[in-house]
This record gives sequence, C-alpha cells and structure tokens, in this order.
Amino acid sequence: MIGLLGKKIGMTRIFDENGNVIPVTIVEAGPCFVTQIKTKENDGYCATQLGYIEKKLNRTNKPLLGHFKNANITPKKFLVEFRDFDLKDLKLGQELKVDIFNVGDKISAQGISKGKGFQGVVKRHHFGGGPVSHGQSDRLRAPGSIGASSFPSRVFKGQRMAGRMGGNKVTIRNLKVVKIDPEKNLIFIKGSIPGHINGLVKLMKK
Amino acid sequence: MNKLDKIVKEQLRTDLPKFKPGDRINVYFKVIEGDKERIQQFEGDVISIKGVGLDQTFTVRKISDGVGVERIFPMHSPRIAKIEIVREGRVRRAKLYYLRKLSGKAARIKIKQ
Repeated sequence: MIGLLGKKIGMTRIFDENGNVIPVTIVEAGPCFVTQIKTKENDGYCATQLGYIEKKLNRTNKPLLGHFKNANITPKKFLVEFRDFDLKDLKLGQELKVDIFNVGDKISAQGISKGKGFQGVVKRHHFGGGPVSHGQSDRLRAPGSIGASSFPSRVFKGQRMAGRMGGNKVTIRNLKVVKIDPEKNLIFIKGSIPGHINGLVKLMKK
Repeated sequence: MNKLDKIVKEQLRTDLPKFKPGDRINVYFKVIEGDKERIQQFEGDVISIKGVGLDQTFTVRKISDGVGVERIFPMHSPRIAKIEIVREGRVRRAKLYYLRKLSGKAARIKIKQ
C-alpha cells in the first residue's frame, strides 16, 4: 500500500479531453513526511507513520518533540499510520508528494463523515416508514415493531433504532484519480469523499 | 477568495461572448461520432442561465417543426466551438420558463432597441 494525507477542498466538475463532464472532489494532498517506520522485528507489524501540516514549536509537547527529532523534521499536526507501506527506499524524514499517485489509479479515501445529529430510522437506516393512507396517522416515519412479546420479553441487541448519525470513519474504495497538480499539491478524484471541507482525508492505493 | 474558487477560476472560459436570458444565440457545438468530429449548430432563445463557476449551464429553446426543443449546455465546456449572438432580447424575467406554455405570436421575445 502507498498513501498520503490530505485536506478536502471541495467539489466541482472538470472536463476531460473529449469535453465530457466529470464530477470531482479536490484534495490538497501532502507534502507528508515519514515520521516513523515500524518493522516486524521491532514493533510486531509493518507500518509507516506520516506527518502532515506544520505545527507551532511551542504547541508541541516534549515527548512528541523527541519523536520528530528522531526523523529530523519540524513538528506536524497530524500523525497517521499506514499498514504495509511499500515505497522503494523509504527513509525517515522523507518528503512524500502527490506524484506518488498516477492519473487513472484506483484509490481509497477515508475520512470522518459529516455529523447529522440525532436522526430517525428512515434517514439513519433507510427504513420505509409507515403507510400514508387508509386511516393511518402519526405513522409516517415510525420504525414499526421492534420485536416479539412475552418471548423474548426484551429487545435484541443491535436492533436498528433512531440515534446519533454521522461522524464515523468511512472509507470509499475504487475512486479514480482524474488529474494531478504536483505544483499545488492537488489531486482531483472522481466522485465524493466522506467528511466536511478542510477535513482530514487519508488516501490509500493498494 | 477560497481555494476552490481559485482552482475553478483558472479553468473558466473567457473567450465566449456574454449573453443574457432572452437573447437569441447560435451555439456551435462539437459532436463526436465514432472517431470523427463535426460541428453542429443550435440556434434558439436563451431561457435560463443557472449555476456559478464551472457548474454554470444555460438552456437554449427553439421551435423545430412545430415542436419545442430545449438543450442545456455547460457554459465552460470545451465542446462549444463558438457562440454567436443573433439578436438581443428585452425581457423582465431571469428565467423564461413561461415560454413553454405559449405558442405562435405570443411566444415571441421583444427585440432590444
């Protein structure tokens, strides 16, 4: 796997060489820095930790400062691990830019989805709601029965009900890279990506 | 100006003439058939312009063999070869959807003096 961290800038559309419209999400990805390389011998598993976005020196605590000093880089705001990172000649403190991806690549994007607040079952679990006619009232968006009666005399765990929705870690796979702008660290990805604007996005390529 | 606007601004087309709803325009649109490319003309009245930036589109309406035909074009599409303004119209609405219910003499747009 190879990957990068980025910031979602927003959605728009671009035209391909035939003039077809492609909906794209623009992500400002990288430059990321390798802050730690974990190996099977040392840590029990293989992974690479990347740091993204500059952080002020006086807002970094001493233990973290030592961590960045090991890699010989300035402090970073976000530190995220990527499992089984396989890029050739990876070194501590190395800078990674968008050019590790190519146009046409299929990548995955991971982010924290937008918080939707307390939502009912129709929006949260795609329930159908109740009937509209034949004398029905107050049943339009109701969940219906949540279980049987005297047996089991309880509601099963995992029963889908109303509650907090959104704010979860969501991964979308097989997104196509449409365009890359290495000068401005921009990557144009077809389709939508979880999270709000300026949210942290983890981009991964198998 | 936020970052998205800056990126979008670079890709906007500035070579096309400015037109308004009510104007009669002739759109030269590139059509790709197989591996051949030719230019198709579509002449009619602009009845709406909507959206901003790259998402902006305009609708052109014409009467073809007695049947109303509408076509929506993306404003900044590279497939638009050129746009000719045939004549400018004087209208009091931004969206001329009322023309769909009218026919014949009533569906005419006043010419701007």
